Amino acid sequence: MESPARAAAPASGAAAPRKLWPGALAMLAVPVLLLIFGPHLPSYPLRILDMILLYAVLGLGLNIIVGYAGLLDLGYVAFYAIGAYSWALLASGQFDIHLPFALVLLIGASLAGLAGILLGIPVLRLRGDYLAIVTLGFGEIIRVLMNNLDRVTNGPQGIARIDEAHLFGWTLSTPDDFLYLLVAMLVVVFLFVWRIQESALGTALSAVREDQDAARGCGINTTRVKLVAFAFSAFIGGGCGVVFAAMQRFVSPESFTFWESLVIVLVIVVGGLGNPFGALLGATLLILLPELLRAYADYRLLFYGMALVVIILARPRGLISRQYGPSWLMRRLGGGKC
Amino acid sequence: MGALILQQIINALTVGSIYALIALGYTMVYGVLRLINFAHSELFTAGAFIGLALAGALGVAGHPTGGLLVGFITFVLIGLAGVSVEIVAYRPLRGTSRLAPMLSALGMAVVIQNAVMLIGGRRPLIYPSFLPSGVIDTFGAIITYKQITIFLVAVILMIGLELFVNRTNLGVRIRAVAENAETASLVGINPNMAISLIFFIGPGLGAVAGILYSSFYGVATFTMGFVIGMKAFTAAILGGIGSIPGAVLGGFLLGFIETFATAWMPVLTGGLIGTEYRDIFAFSVLVLILLFRPAGLLGEHVSEETMVYKSDF
Repeated sequence: MESPARAAAPASGAAAPRKLWPGALAMLAVPVLLLIFGPHLPSYPLRILDMILLYAVLGLGLNIIVGYAGLLDLGYVAFYAIGAYSWALLASGQFDIHLPFALVLLIGASLAGLAGILLGIPVLRLRGDYLAIVTLGFGEIIRVLMNNLDRVTNGPQGIARIDEAHLFGWTLSTPDDFLYLLVAMLVVVFLFVWRIQESALGTALSAVREDQDAARGCGINTTRVKLVAFAFSAFIGGGCGVVFAAMQRFVSPESFTFWESLVIVLVIVVGGLGNPFGALLGATLLILLPELLRAYADYRLLFYGMALVVIILARPRGLISRQYGPSWLMRRLGGGKC
Repeated sequence: MGALILQQIINALTVGSIYALIALGYTMVYGVLRLINFAHSELFTAGAFIGLALAGALGVAGHPTGGLLVGFITFVLIGLAGVSVEIVAYRPLRGTSRLAPMLSALGMAVVIQNAVMLIGGRRPLIYPSFLPSGVIDTFGAIITYKQITIFLVAVILMIGLELFVNRTNLGVRIRAVAENAETASLVGINPNMAISLIFFIGPGLGAVAGILYSSFYGVATFTMGFVIGMKAFTAAILGGIGSIPGAVLGGFLLGFIETFATAWMPVLTGGLIGTEYRDIFAFSVLVLILLFRPAGLLGEHVSEETMVYKSDF
């Protein structure tokens, strides 16, 4: 097995000429196929596909903190909620503000990123389980706030009649509109996360994960590196929240429970931690599974829980190992020495 | 004023007893396995429901002496359930990674919660009280017999646990494994035995807490475990995770903080922060404790190296 440091090192491989296009084509096939066949799906599977893509993007975002930096965040849903409420408050009758979608996408994601930094400054002194518990507490606090700040968030009833989203003159209303948007987001976030992994920042993050003291000894500013990871992760979570609110056109605190955070953690752990492909696979499984179990009505969650336990028992390190990421695929298909 | 404060002290002791009983299960498991046993809160709920079913089956609803029997049987049943959960879902993952058992625990929590729902139903159930009724009026504060019983039961169980852990052979083995499982196995202690024992006692105590809780509030719902469990876990951290006296102290302390904050915050802030923020107080306390004294009040410093998540998790 490859050592993690080796896997995280930049795939320079200057030794032999390597073709980039086979790997790139293979990876491009997924979004292209989605765009060709997705819109022909009936409404119900299309909605599920949208949810899978949304959770895949969330998973990619959370992977930066959990998979690369090794910091377990059990309150990721808080950032998602901040994004969702940004759209709900800035584009609805709630305060009669109607900002354009692109602007709110930026605002929501940035607010979430800011919240990530603000949360990160005090809590990043903690590690491991303590950090996990504090982030869980943060997630719950945000949810309780949304539930109780009635005058702003309309409390448990939530905010309905949210504006239809328009992006550069294109109306986002049907599930296939969102399919295009989500595929675009997936591609951008995937590339971003992958390039982070291969960058100096990614190397620094894996150093922090494996041995924080040694990383510090090597001159890595561990606090700053973790803060950046937190901010990126939160930024992506916030962006997803905005899209989620635009898609549902209704938000309420109920959508942002601890359970939601867990599903996102499960997406990346079941798929394979620290592997962008893992997030895609995990999202597909974890969103599809409850839908497939829908016929069992009340037994659905029981079976879901059992399936989770079985998957984890069978593959405690996730379905796709960390080293079989996009860079591996590029090397594998590109030939040459590596 | 005095009566009001006295009343709040009594209420705090009642809630605190229940938090402390549940916190013991979290702290004992964490102390040995470094695992947050998310299934614990659902075993608490399952305990309350089994108590209800037993009350019906034995025809002892509303009898305090019958309650004793029900409590005992429930303790054993849920204890066995706890042991089974560990053997099925945690033991095979021991040594693989830190995150896998935790997520397996979450899966088990989902399974148990839904099993409870399928058997007990989605609706809140009216819970027969196993506690004696009646009140004592002291200096204007009302103490119910229920509250006294809850406090006494909790204290007796805690003293029992303390004696068991410190004065018996089995207790010494548990402590040895908690200290260092490998060294313990070198001197002939089977770590699996000690771990099974912990998974018997912890959920058993949680189940009794479930019966007390539901008897006190007169209602049981299949979702009630989550928030209570989070608070009990907070209590365990507050006292110092892994420390048994710490869990007790943390439970009572959290009971006091929550009761007093809920009562006085609306007054102090002119109604700006109302009682609906009750759950936030617990979490804010948790965040503050972790930031300033991560080891908790009575806990020994836990090396962070044992609780981080490296690449192989």
